[in-house]
Amino acid sequence: MLKRSYKNYTYIGYLYILPWIIGFLLLQLVPLVNSLWYSFTQFQLLGDPKFLGLANYKKIFTADATFLQSLKVTFYYVLIAVPLKIGFALLVAIILNQKIKGINLFRTLYYIPSILGGSVAISVLWKYLFMNQGVVNNIIGVIGIPAIDWLGSPELALGTISLVTVWQFGSSMLLFLAGLKQIPVSLYEAARIDGAGRMRIFFQITIPALSPIVLFNLIMQMINAFQDFTGAFVITQGGPLKSTYLYGLMLYDQGFKFFKMGYASALSWILFAIILFFTSLTFRSSESWVHYGDSI
Amino acid sequence: MIKKTTPVSKIISYIFLIVLAYIMIYPLLWMIGAAFKTNEEMFGTIGLLPKNPVFGAFAAGWTGTGQYGFSTFLYNTFLMVIPTVIFTVISATLVGYGFARFNFPLKKLLFFIMIATLMLPATVIIIPRYIFFKKLGWLDTYLPFIVPAMLGSFPFFNFMMVQFFRGLPIEIDESGKLDGCNSFVILKDLLLPLCKSAIFSVIVFQFVWTWNDFFNVLIYISSVAKYPVALGLRMTMDISTEFDWNQIMAMSLISILPPVILFFAAQKYFVEGIATTGMKT
Repeated sequence: MLKRSYKNYTYIGYLYILPWIIGFLLLQLVPLVNSLWYSFTQFQLLGDPKFLGLANYKKIFTADATFLQSLKVTFYYVLIAVPLKIGFALLVAIILNQKIKGINLFRTLYYIPSILGGSVAISVLWKYLFMNQGVVNNIIGVIGIPAIDWLGSPELALGTISLVTVWQFGSSMLLFLAGLKQIPVSLYEAARIDGAGRMRIFFQITIPALSPIVLFNLIMQMINAFQDFTGAFVITQGGPLKSTYLYGLMLYDQGFKFFKMGYASALSWILFAIILFFTSLTFRSSESWVHYGDSI
Repeated sequence: MIKKTTPVSKIISYIFLIVLAYIMIYPLLWMIGAAFKTNEEMFGTIGLLPKNPVFGAFAAGWTGTGQYGFSTFLYNTFLMVIPTVIFTVISATLVGYGFARFNFPLKKLLFFIMIATLMLPATVIIIPRYIFFKKLGWLDTYLPFIVPAMLGSFPFFNFMMVQFFRGLPIEIDESGKLDGCNSFVILKDLLLPLCKSAIFSVIVFQFVWTWNDFFNVLIYISSVAKYPVALGLRMTMDISTEFDWNQIMAMSLISILPPVILFFAAQKYFVEGIATTGMKT
């Protein structure tokens, strides 16, 4: 009965998803194919793409020093920002998951940066906070620490920018909190009856139960971090000495400042390959550390 | 585990949470104070509250120094964001409903493709999209934001709605069918009223993302008359090394208010929405 009534509707389903089908073809699939094609061409926006074969890729890998610098900076950024953000989100979620008074207030306060962090306003704010005469230096000055060149030194600038990202740990934290709430109380009770201590319960129940959410956060944050742009562009413009020249900035410069669309497309495919490599590596590794419901 | 928690560790937790809350919010509090400070005070002191508050920053920044003031940028942002959000809600609802409630050939494959595009980096398609929109004559308009919203090109929201619809009991649809409703009426009259939390989540997320978006407006919008706040702010900051910084802080503050207000207004539904949809991934 149920199945038959569904059969009547069979093709209506297409009608509902039609917007997405058109959007997928026009705004995702065709652009994806095109960008691969452009990456083998010289294409200056005005005029048609001219086929070059692998010349763009060859130049990127052999004759483009900025590419290597940018790649290095981007790896550092992802390595600093993503684990810190997720680790912090996890820590705070676990603390919040005790019977805490005012949990809603804390949760809201921690989440607010996540809805603001990507904006230009926050980048501007960050620039002011970490200026040489800025308030951060004034505060550490009170404790007697000499002023630090947060944004002007190549060693520190990237870290200062990563702080904006870590500051936005709230969105990941919310997912962890939701996950913690779903762990059945009976699991904890059973463990306690078996005489397990708090640490053991934490590492053998809480952490495994949260592992799928860790995986989800890790993948999504990694994909985003590899492409980050606003902070580095507004706060330091990629400097000093290209120490914050994230991949996104290089893509912007090549594509939308110099209008080398072919070259930029090749760069974007390299980034795509890198992201694909690391996400599939993460997925692959997850078999050994992610536990799904039934296997806990 | 909870019962065994000793008071001491509880106190440590509270101290940690309160200190952390202060650190998290401090930049924003500083921003509010800075909007009322003179340049000297902004960069010489650590107090949050201005000692000799100046009140001109909001008015001065609002009218701006150039041809266009902040009011224009703010208006433009709404002009860009509101249609984008509305069309995202509509398309995500339709697509989510389609995937969640109907069986059709190739559904599994199409759904898999949609999930796969969740992980497709935006940067890899940005150049052909730009060229495509340029050919259509859409550069320097808000269409590159609105049309993708119409076409459900934000798989994240489609997926969110799919998950939400899946959570609604199929009996609702069945009873509608018995009453002779067609599938659209079932969606509109029976299911939609139950989708509040999911729809609010879509609204908040998409509003905030589009509002904060910088990269796309940077490449698509070129005339100052059409600048949204993201570009307006950066322009003001760039042309004003000797500027009254409190004006920039005042305008930054105004520019972050709409997302914050929306978040607080929809918070109840929003947190619920994340909890129900974010989990099933």
